[in-house]
Amino acid sequence: MSDHDYAALVREDRVHTSLYRDPAIFEEEMDRIFKSTWVWVAHESDLPGKNTFKTSWVGREPVVVTRDRDEKLHVLLNRCRHRAASICERGKGKASVFVCPYHGWSYDPDGRLRKVPHDFGYQEDFDKADYPLVSLRVETYNGMIFATYRDDIEPLAEFLGPARKWIDLFMKQGAGFGVKTLGEHRFRFPGNWKIQLENTTDAYHFPIVHKTFLDSLDADTENVFDVLGQGGWIEDLGNGHSVMVMIPDLIDLEENLDAPIPERFEELAQELRGEGHDEATVRRVVRAVGGSGFNLNLFPNVACSMAFFRVLRPVAVDETEIMHVAIGMDGGPAAGNRMRLRLHEHFQGPMGFGTPDDAEGWERVQRGARAGEDLWILLNRGVEAPEGRAEPGHEAGDVSAETGMRAAYQMWKRMMTL
Amino acid sequence: MSAGPDVKVMPSNGEVPTLAEATAFVWSEADMLDRLDYQPWLALWTADGKYIVPTDRSPADYAEVLNIVYDDQPMREARVRRLLSGFSMSSAPPARTVRTVSRFVVTASGDGFIALRAAQMLAEYKYGRMRFLPADVSYRLVRGSEGGLLLDEKVVTLINAEDHQFGIGYLL
Repeated sequence: MSDHDYAALVREDRVHTSLYRDPAIFEEEMDRIFKSTWVWVAHESDLPGKNTFKTSWVGREPVVVTRDRDEKLHVLLNRCRHRAASICERGKGKASVFVCPYHGWSYDPDGRLRKVPHDFGYQEDFDKADYPLVSLRVETYNGMIFATYRDDIEPLAEFLGPARKWIDLFMKQGAGFGVKTLGEHRFRFPGNWKIQLENTTDAYHFPIVHKTFLDSLDADTENVFDVLGQGGWIEDLGNGHSVMVMIPDLIDLEENLDAPIPERFEELAQELRGEGHDEATVRRVVRAVGGSGFNLNLFPNVACSMAFFRVLRPVAVDETEIMHVAIGMDGGPAAGNRMRLRLHEHFQGPMGFGTPDDAEGWERVQRGARAGEDLWILLNRGVEAPEGRAEPGHEAGDVSAETGMRAAYQMWKRMMTL
Repeated sequence: MSAGPDVKVMPSNGEVPTLAEATAFVWSEADMLDRLDYQPWLALWTADGKYIVPTDRSPADYAEVLNIVYDDQPMREARVRRLLSGFSMSSAPPARTVRTVSRFVVTASGDGFIALRAAQMLAEYKYGRMRFLPADVSYRLVRGSEGGLLLDEKVVTLINAEDHQFGIGYLL
């Protein structure tokens, strides 16, 4: 138990600078937040079929997400029960057994200890059943896999609550084929993880930080990305989650299928028609290709952000790793996924037209926060949401409001003071 | 050595480029990039040329996978406009860079073209911090209609391509 008064560091409309800077607070966060709630680890398409795996993280702890021979998912600490060596150092692939490289202890994909070499060296009461890989609780929602250390917290579906509706809407960008991951960009910035968490609910920065991205678009597309000018809103979904709707026309990708095809997607539409796809399929694929018109921010580590998953991993109080996972159709026309890859590369990743400027901005926050240790971070921006947009009873504001950040910090406060 | 199947041969300028000619071209390009001389850099390319920074160490059909950069001519032009605009905080100013390219190996050559692989060592400096970005680079150079060489493909495969990077506000 630390002697911090965490409740005093988070007010309704501001948080204290020490939340970005204090290593002791970071240590407590790893325990009270990342070891105490549902943390995103993978998408189901990362594990296509039995005996597949992907390495991931829960907070600072490395895990292996596996699908066993019965196709059941497991999240296992990446640590041999004998002398702690990591049992898997590959990103993803197929494996029917994990063999520790140090003394050859081998584990099944469900975590069971299968074999111990030269076991004559152990006493008779040594029981392999006592030493499986440590297995976390796993639940999924619409393809998203989450894990937790805690057996006593609510089921995932309950934790997500009203966010589930937005996950379902987000997955419509599979255009009826389902969603699969297409690869990922990974980058770091020297700054606190909550700076990134805030950014996914921050429409205010978009026209400033991303001016050069907007300038690289044709006039029609630039209008689509006029995120402050389309009557969007931001809504507190409870438990620290929030949704920021920037392009209301693109909330439901199965609606407005008869609308004219935007000029920048006309070539793709022609290519799909040329491949013999019927007009309904062409329109579904084209409408979904640019992604959804909103960012869904799920506390604490993942967002469904327009056309990709944005995953954060706290590394240290002043270092954070981010993955931008490209997604596409699972089995749809290849031309549609190619277009999605090119769109992802355009904005995302360490050399995208957007990400490097975000990363620089976040680094500047951490650098600036070295000054004024008694100052506060302001989160007081916001006017009322446009009439009739947010669910009745939900805290909401116009799209540039800091409502989502306030929601996340209230959850932070709740978890840190439990 | 023989031409690869997809190499465009320039019939009127079919002279095989020498290694000396190719390395002089590559060094001149590297110098341009360190000096942020991006406008003339755009003119070094063929119209169909591709500038690629992969996310994976294994050579792939880059069009079908996610890359860090997969630029055709319009994207290169847009990228250079962005980097020189003064409105991108990661590139106004960018990190300073110093790079050398060496360890050249000719992997193919023929009428009017040469393909090389090489090692690039790049150091960047910003905010009092030095970072090091080693990469394997492959080049496909073709002879243009005016007799000089042009870049037809450049693939910069970072030593840690599949791992995390920090924001890169300049050209590799």
